[in-house]
Amino acid sequence: MMMSNELSWLPDLINKLDKKSVREAYGSTLVSIGIDKNVVVLDADLSTSTHTSMFQKKYPDRFFNVGISENNMMGVASGLSWTGKKVFVSSFAIFATGRAYDFVRQSVCYADSDVRIVATHAGLTVGEDGATHQMLEDIGLMSGLPRMRVLVPADARETEQIIRYVYENRGPFYVRLSREKVPVIHDSDTFRYGKAETIIDGDDVTIIATGILVAAAKVASNHLKQGGISARVLNMATIKPIDRDSVVKAARETGRIVTAEEHSIYNGLGSRVSEVVTESYPVQVKRLGVYDTFGESGKSWELMDKYSLNPMGIVNSVKEIMKVNK
Amino acid sequence: MQGSVQSENLEFIAKEVRKSIVKMTFEAKSGHPGGSLSVTEILTYLYFRELNVDPANPNWPDRDRFVLSKGHATPALYSVLATKGFFDKSLLLGFRKISSLLQGHVVNHVPGVDITAGSLGQGLSNAVGLALAARIDKKNYRVYAVIGDGEADEGSIWEAALSAAHLKLSNLIVFLDRNMIQLDGFTEEILTLGDLEAKFTSFGWASTTINGHSFDEIARAVEWAKKLKGPKMIIAKTVKGKGVKFMENNPEYHGKPVPNEEKLNEALRDIEAM
Repeated sequence: MMMSNELSWLPDLINKLDKKSVREAYGSTLVSIGIDKNVVVLDADLSTSTHTSMFQKKYPDRFFNVGISENNMMGVASGLSWTGKKVFVSSFAIFATGRAYDFVRQSVCYADSDVRIVATHAGLTVGEDGATHQMLEDIGLMSGLPRMRVLVPADARETEQIIRYVYENRGPFYVRLSREKVPVIHDSDTFRYGKAETIIDGDDVTIIATGILVAAAKVASNHLKQGGISARVLNMATIKPIDRDSVVKAARETGRIVTAEEHSIYNGLGSRVSEVVTESYPVQVKRLGVYDTFGESGKSWELMDKYSLNPMGIVNSVKEIMKVNK
Repeated sequence: MQGSVQSENLEFIAKEVRKSIVKMTFEAKSGHPGGSLSVTEILTYLYFRELNVDPANPNWPDRDRFVLSKGHATPALYSVLATKGFFDKSLLLGFRKISSLLQGHVVNHVPGVDITAGSLGQGLSNAVGLALAARIDKKNYRVYAVIGDGEADEGSIWEAALSAAHLKLSNLIVFLDRNMIQLDGFTEEILTLGDLEAKFTSFGWASTTINGHSFDEIARAVEWAKKLKGPKMIIAKTVKGKGVKFMENNPEYHGKPVPNEEKLNEALRDIEAM
């Protein structure tokens, strides 16, 4: 087991964090699309955390804080949407998808309502609040719902593009955001709905990552290159519908796949990739994620290191899968 | 009273709706006749005297909205919508059957249906959203909803109640079908609801209690509701299974149709004799 500072989140990666968190990028993008009078935003007493408060300041007549009632919020959102409103609802991922699941299922998805759920504070990087607030099952919950599309940006710039995309297209959508500032991945607009983005090309193995883990995958790939392993890195910002072609191409061309996500290994990116691979081009897949456990309190990046959701975790997963013959 | 109700005509329609409820659920061999028979007068009154809707143009943006939050009372709603002309009556016989338009619980792809419901406690929140949109758009339409008394067990009903009062939604008028029975038995034995009028009043609603089978009382309550500010709750005391003697106040007929042709004819005779 290698021990190297450069492969943990502390301190090197932290020094390269974006000036803006993805949730701040969400708030500022909401303000710019708020020019459209049909945009209505709801929040459930977390607006200063989700940054929908930025929209509230600019458009107080089209912002509604429903209080701590996520179920009611989803129903109100559905009702609003059926009058032609383009509705955004925000809360923490745990409440927006877990607490309100049946409302999302019936009033949003089954009713086919034009609603975008943009949830922040997903995953372990909630930090000190601990397991009660660290949502690790939301990608699974939302992906299982007919009509729902699931998006996870890797940085602030991609968040801006994704929020614009879901604004311009009819819901329902689920956009998964995190709490912390994250490293910058993009210096240009690269998001294409339903398409994996090749961050680094490679031949020996493909690392398919989403959200914060894209930055870790980049570092891991560069490290592996020094050891003679050519690791492709794909940013899978659209989890559903997943880019089957890119997954199959990766399986065919590199023969091994590692997935990395700040989510349970069940029903998240790793599961989706595995489904595509087993159906279309069976190769070995190693899933890096949270292994059937709850989170805990701690500093975000310390937790990510403890749970191996860091460059080292990815490097170790790659080395393990490299032992398997193609 | 202003705009007095032509009771005869409404009573005739309500009878036809009741017969349709019994026949639809018999034909489907499933469904919820009890809670459909209890809301028959409310739905008949709303669609034939009150709601500003146009069957030829069901998505007209300025129409009044209606939300059947107790989304299992589809036999009543679909019968009323078909009678009103939103779709052909022949479709009623496909109710609950495979590949048919009319699903067991209410769905918004049916002409005339504004909101999908069925999982209890969600329609009222949707109604809050519709009423709020009218305010944002400075439109004058009203939003009517019907919730069940058993449905008031759901915590989300009270979230929505807080919301509607906080937002001072004067264009929201809700009926609560107080038939005293839910699936497993009598409401007060399963989860005491107590004085619902007082509860909604304490939540900031204007509330009143009426006989939900009297068109005159429904008419008076709606006129009362239109004059007041804030959301309005009309507790409609009803009889579950109303009009069919062996179904009345019988929890067994919450979600069960008449069992055979003999009982069907008995039910239809009861309704005719009302």
